[in-house]
Order: sequence, then C-alpha cells, then structure tokens
Amino acid sequence: MDNEMRALNTMAQDIAQVARGMGLDFYPVNFEIVPAEALYTFGAYGMPVRFTHWSFGKAFYRMKLQYDLNLSRIYELVINTNPAYAFLLEGNRLIQNKLVIGHVYAHVDFFKNNHYFSRTPKDMVERMSAHADRIHAYEIRYGRDKVEQVMDAVLAIQEHVDYRSHIGPVQESDNQPKFIVRDKEERHSCQGNACTGKCPGNSASQSKGSRQKTRQNSISSPYEDLWEDLLDDECESPSQQEFEDLLLYIIKFAPGLEEWQKDIVSIVREESLYFYPQIETKIINEGWATFWHAKIMRELDLTDAESLEFAVMHSQVVQPSRLGLNPYYLGVKIWDYLAKEKTIDELFELRETENDLSFIRNHLSKKLVEDLNLFNFRKVGAHWQVTENEWEKVRDNLVKQLVNGGHPRIVVLEGDYEGKGGLYLKHCHEGTDLDIVYLEKTLTLVQSLWGKSVALETIVDGKKYIYESSNRIVSRRLAGKTQGNDET
Amino acid sequence: MADDIIVNRDDWTLHRKGHLDQTRHKEKVEEVIKQQMGDLIVDESIILTDGKKSTKIPMRSLEEFRFRYDFNKQNHTGQGTKKMSPGDILGRDQGKGKGKGGAGSGAGEEPGQDIYEAEVTYEDLANILFEELKLPNLDDKKRPLIAHDRPEFNDVRKKGLMANVDKKRTLLESIKRQAFSRKQDKDAKLKISPEDLRFKTWETRPNFETNAVILAMMDTSGSMGQFEKYISRTFFFWMVRFLRLKYENVEMRFLAHHTEAKEVTEEEFFTRGESGGTRCSSVYRYALDLIEREYPPAHYNIYPVHFTDGDNIGSDNTRALTLMKNLVEVSQIVGYGEILRTHYSSTLMSTLKRISDPKLRLVTIRDRNEVYDALKTVFS
Repeated sequence: MDNEMRALNTMAQDIAQVARGMGLDFYPVNFEIVPAEALYTFGAYGMPVRFTHWSFGKAFYRMKLQYDLNLSRIYELVINTNPAYAFLLEGNRLIQNKLVIGHVYAHVDFFKNNHYFSRTPKDMVERMSAHADRIHAYEIRYGRDKVEQVMDAVLAIQEHVDYRSHIGPVQESDNQPKFIVRDKEERHSCQGNACTGKCPGNSASQSKGSRQKTRQNSISSPYEDLWEDLLDDECESPSQQEFEDLLLYIIKFAPGLEEWQKDIVSIVREESLYFYPQIETKIINEGWATFWHAKIMRELDLTDAESLEFAVMHSQVVQPSRLGLNPYYLGVKIWDYLAKEKTIDELFELRETENDLSFIRNHLSKKLVEDLNLFNFRKVGAHWQVTENEWEKVRDNLVKQLVNGGHPRIVVLEGDYEGKGGLYLKHCHEGTDLDIVYLEKTLTLVQSLWGKSVALETIVDGKKYIYESSNRIVSRRLAGKTQGNDET
Repeated sequence: MADDIIVNRDDWTLHRKGHLDQTRHKEKVEEVIKQQMGDLIVDESIILTDGKKSTKIPMRSLEEFRFRYDFNKQNHTGQGTKKMSPGDILGRDQGKGKGKGGAGSGAGEEPGQDIYEAEVTYEDLANILFEELKLPNLDDKKRPLIAHDRPEFNDVRKKGLMANVDKKRTLLESIKRQAFSRKQDKDAKLKISPEDLRFKTWETRPNFETNAVILAMMDTSGSMGQFEKYISRTFFFWMVRFLRLKYENVEMRFLAHHTEAKEVTEEEFFTRGESGGTRCSSVYRYALDLIEREYPPAHYNIYPVHFTDGDNIGSDNTRALTLMKNLVEVSQIVGYGEILRTHYSSTLMSTLKRISDPKLRLVTIRDRNEVYDALKTVFS
C-alpha cells in the first residue's frame, strides 16, 4: 500500500468514527479506488458485474462522453449491500474524497435503516454476478440474438413488478398470480380516471389469506420463497381481478415461453425489485447524504484552503439546475429545513420511514416552495408555460410524478382474452395519457414474450381505447365497440 | 480504529464490459443504418458535396421502449431563479422529432428526451455499403500494355555507382574497421577508406498495376429529366468509389447519346439535357470503338454502365442487341439500367433479356431508394 492509499485509509477510518459519533449507523464499507472507465461502467450497469445488454453500453457511452467533455462527473457510487461497496473516482483530491466518504457513509446509513430497503438482498453483488453467468450461458447455448430479443422485451416492462408487496421486514410471500378469465359482466372494478390504485381487487390487500398460510414456512431468504412453494400456492380470493406483477404473471402463464426465457424474466424481475427502492428514495437519500457530508465536514479540522475547496464543491453538488429539479438540491433543502425544527432523533426516524413521495408530501412546505421558486409548467400550444405556483399545487404535482416511481400503473386483467389466450392489460389512468408511440412499440415487445396477442386498455384525450398487438401489428379501437378497428 | 472500513485499489485495466456493450450498441446503430441504406445513399448532402458532408438520421429504433407518460401532456414541476407566475413562457418547443410522439424538448434539461441522432459520415456509409458489394469477374492479371518496370532498392554491395553510396552503412563499416584495428587513439578522426564503401543496388521488377475503366453511358434524349440524371449520378458516385477499392486506377469516360453518341465532360454529362429520339446502338458502337482504340480488354477491366429510360427506336433494337453482346464479351460486367416512372418494361429491356450471359446485369429503377438494390444487383 503506497502512501496515498495509507492516508486515504486512515482518513476513511477517522471519518467513520466521526460519523458514527454523530449517530449514523452504517454497514461495513469497502472502498475501492477505480479509474473513470470503471466507475462509469458501474454507473451505467448499476452494479460492478451485470448481464450484457446494449442499453447499458449506450448509457455507458453517454456518461463517459459527459465525463470526457467535462460536463459532469460522478465522484462516487455506492452499492446497497452488506458490506457496502463504494467506488471512488481515481484522481479525486484528498479534500474531495473527505466529502465523498462522508457522503457514502450517510448513503449506507440510509440503505441500512430505511424501511423501503429492508427486503433488498444484501448479497446482491454475488447474485447479479451469478445472473450474468447464467445469461451468458444462455447466450452460448441459444445464441446472442435470441437472448437479446427476450432481454429487449423484458427490459421494456421491467418496472411493472409488484414492488409494494416487497416492502417491509415481513417474511411473507408475494401475492400470487392467478390465471384470470373474466365474464363480461364481471369486468374490473376501477374505471378510468377514478382509479387511484386503491380500487378493490388491488393485489396487496387481497392476498392476506395466502400470506397467513405461508407465514409458518419461515423463510430465511426473502426471495427464495418466490420460485418454489409460493408460486404453486392457490390464491383464495375469488374477487381478485387485477394482478400488479406483470413479470411474474408472464413467468407463470405465458403460453409459449421456454424455461430459459422464463429464467431471464425472473432475473430481470429480481434485479428490478432490488433497484426499485433506490428509484423511489432518490431525493430523500441524496438529500440525506448531502446534508450529512456537510455536517461531517464541519466536524473535521480543515485548513482554510480545504474549507474553501469544500465550499466550492458542495455548492456545485447542490446547484439548482435550470428548470429541472436537482434531487440533491431539493432533498438537502428539505432536510436543512427539518433540521431547524426537529431533534436529531426525529430526523433519524424520518430517514427510517419516509420515501420520496411521503417526504415531499409531508415536508415540502409553503416556505420551501416559495424560497426555491418552484412552479408547475406544461406545454400550451408550442410553448412551455408556467401554469401554477401555489405551493400546494406544486407539492401535489411533485407527489403525482413520484407515484409508482414515476411509471404508469399497468395491471393484468385477464390471461385468456376473448378466449384466444390473449393477455389483457389495463393502464390505470391517473390523469396523464401515455406516450402512444412508446405504447405501441412496447406492446409488440410484450406480445413477443406472451406469444399470443396482447391488448392494453387506456384513455387518450378522455376516450377509452383498446390497443391490441397481434402478429406484431398494433391496432386501436374505441372500447365499448366490440367490432371493427377504427385505426391501425 | 474501526476495522470494518477497507480502502482498496485494484488493477481495472481489463475491465472492458462497458466498451463491449457499447460496441453492441454501435452494431445496432449500423443495423439501423443498413435498413435505411436505400434512402441514405441517395442523400443529396452526400452525393452533391462529393462525400464531404455527413448526414444526420434520427434513430428511433434504438430507444428503450417502455410504457411511459406522454411528456407533452404531462404537468411538470420546475425551479426558477426568481419567482415565476402563471403565464410566464419558459421556452418554445424546438419541434425535434416532430410528428408522431415527439420527444419533448423545449424546457431545457428535461428527462425523457431519447432521440438518438446519429451522424453518418460518408465513410461510415461507404464501409457498410461496400461490405455488401463484391466485384464479380475480378481479374488482377490484366495489366496495361507497357508494364513499366519499377526499380526497387533491396540489396547492398561493395561495388556500385558512387551516386548510390549508402552513407549509413559506409560509416558503420568505417567505425567497425577502426575499432578492430585499435591503433588509432580515441580522438582520431574517422577516416573512410575505399574498402568501407557500400552501395545500394536495385532490382527491376515489373509493375503490377491493375486498371479499370468505367464507361458511363447515358441517354440524354428529351425524355431524360433531372430525376433520371440524379439517379444515374448517384449510381456512378458509389460505383466509382467502390471500384477504387479494388483497382489502383479507375478511369471514367462519359458518353452521352440520343440518336448519336459523343463523349462529354462529367459536368456536361450530368447537367446538360438534349432532345431528340433515342438510338442506343449508337452509344454501344461508340463504346466498342473506344475500347478497341484505348482500352484493350487484355489489360483493362471494363465496366460499361448504361442508363436510359428505355424508350429506344424500335428498329434499332436488333442492332443494339448485337452490339451489346459484343460489349458483354469484352467487359467484366455490363450494367443496363432503366429508370422508369411507369410500370411498363421497355422493348429494349425485353430484347436485352435474350442475352443469357450473367455478366449483363439488368436493373429497373422506379424510385430513388432503389439505387441501393441496383448497386447490389450489379455488384454481387
């Protein structure tokens, strides 16, 4: 170990002591100094080792280009595992690393204590590396193109997992998909605009019966249960008509999918469930880490030059971006504000219980909205126009964008549509229409997984439409009419 | 000291994963380019600037599709540097990706903008295009009549012309000799004696140049318009560049004809229009004479390509057929292209179909993006 590494090591230990002294509670951390190439690779893949897909290459290229052009820079990357892995950019200066190390400890504290992370596997590095091996084996066996086809399709719907039933310390099952066949009269419970995700039939509340049944199977790992006994478990709720977990439904019921293809779907599903909590705690977690690195730095003995450099770097991190919202900035502002009126214990409690959605809903105050000059805007004609600046409307609009991780909610209504084995999906419209080009393309991708035709019900400009993809051709018709396509 | 904090540094030079997948992404981009090849190779910005400009193509197919909200219909939240009031204009939609869907831009650094606009240079296009083309009947043995010899200096001898003295080797010999003799003291000047001299010598070798000539023939009768000329120009543009890959020298001669044929400059060939009827045999006759005079088939790879709208004088067809047969015999490939806006095939085309020699490649172009297929038909 050379001198620089020794110094860094001592520094990391010292800062850990300071941070723990201030109350942060984090897993052991393995810091790894890596060159920009490696750091940006991990940033693009989200993990040091992950399966191969061109979309990661595209992301890597973009991030790397930004770095090469000096447009943006990642200083660190933290992996939510135990022990946690933190990657520091080679060439960070000592003072930069001081700040970054403090930032890392706060992230790991958040991962360890926040409720939404309680069920993420702590050995995800190894799991994802095993996934990568498995997928590589499929590539050898079935050819890269075939694997890529499946992957393209699965990645397009990777967000549509039932992450809500994967929250909390409970050692219980996911709710079970049941092959759904509807009678016409029985049709679904949530209608158009009224659906808020709370409609009866919503899976999370329906599966209590099955949960109780499986509780005694005391499961050691929160995911192992998924693939064995629970998949075969019978769901007892007859009224259950919607199923949230599209990927699980496909694994279970897709008529034409081979085992290895199902395995790919399940791999993506597992990784998606792992990443979901990070997506829904971006603002609060970045804010928390930024809040703490500033706090820790004030505890350290810095020289004047270091203090100045720290101030410059910190202000870069929390720079408000033009019109967009910098999560670091918004997050740290709320935490700063909360720190003024709450005790440190109360702050620690908030970091356990809140995610972005609740954090904004509960703590974005009138004063903050006004101080930060927040406003709502939308497209009016050819212009982007400010529409509202009342604090409650701003807050509610932010909340709305955070619902479901910012993704539209798509549920399975039926697995034997029109008696021809079609998959019938429904977009629970919550006020915003879908991007139609994307909808059509995604639908053909889902169809390639499902094998038979796939339909999706949604609302466009106030009218209910059914989009259907069969044989890779998408047609559209007004719902209610049973015959005749009005457009293709 | 806490022992659960570890700082480590490994060698990451072999970590190439990002690059590998980036390569795959690039391949996908190329696949898209290939699909659009027909449109791209007739792009004016490439043909009319002689390949100096690049062309931009939006690549929707490389987007990562998912169910997502319509960005343009969404209510967004932003942050300003000052207080903003309802009605303030933030920006204009830049209209990128206009038409269906449209990736919203406008308000600056908004997410969801995923148009991947690839810049395709002439080289990129050429590489992808030429990968698919090949040169049938390639004959490397053909040489020009006077295969001029080329001297090649490849040996060193003790005797030779003083003008060819090899200074470096001579000096080396001198140093070597004096080092062996040991009589000189160290400061003595280096002397070159006659036995140190070394001379470069050469061997003569015949020069293996392969030559090709393109005989660009075009109907310039009244019925050939801008479109027809542009199509043939595009075809020749790529053809010349492709042949240059295979041959050291590619010559190009331009023959224009209506009822009579004459040789013209490149500029005249593509710009000047004439009128009158069409007698294709005239240009075939002219080409055969030219070949006989200047391009003996034993030494040249000959590529005559003829573009016309096929509207030949009926009485000329038999004559044209005979001459075409002769032309096919002496050439590597003969291209005959009819640029047609109607769906009728001309009588000349059906006459020429009687020639069964595979060296004659017949193509019909009805739309600009068929140039690509025509190139593939001729060079396959």
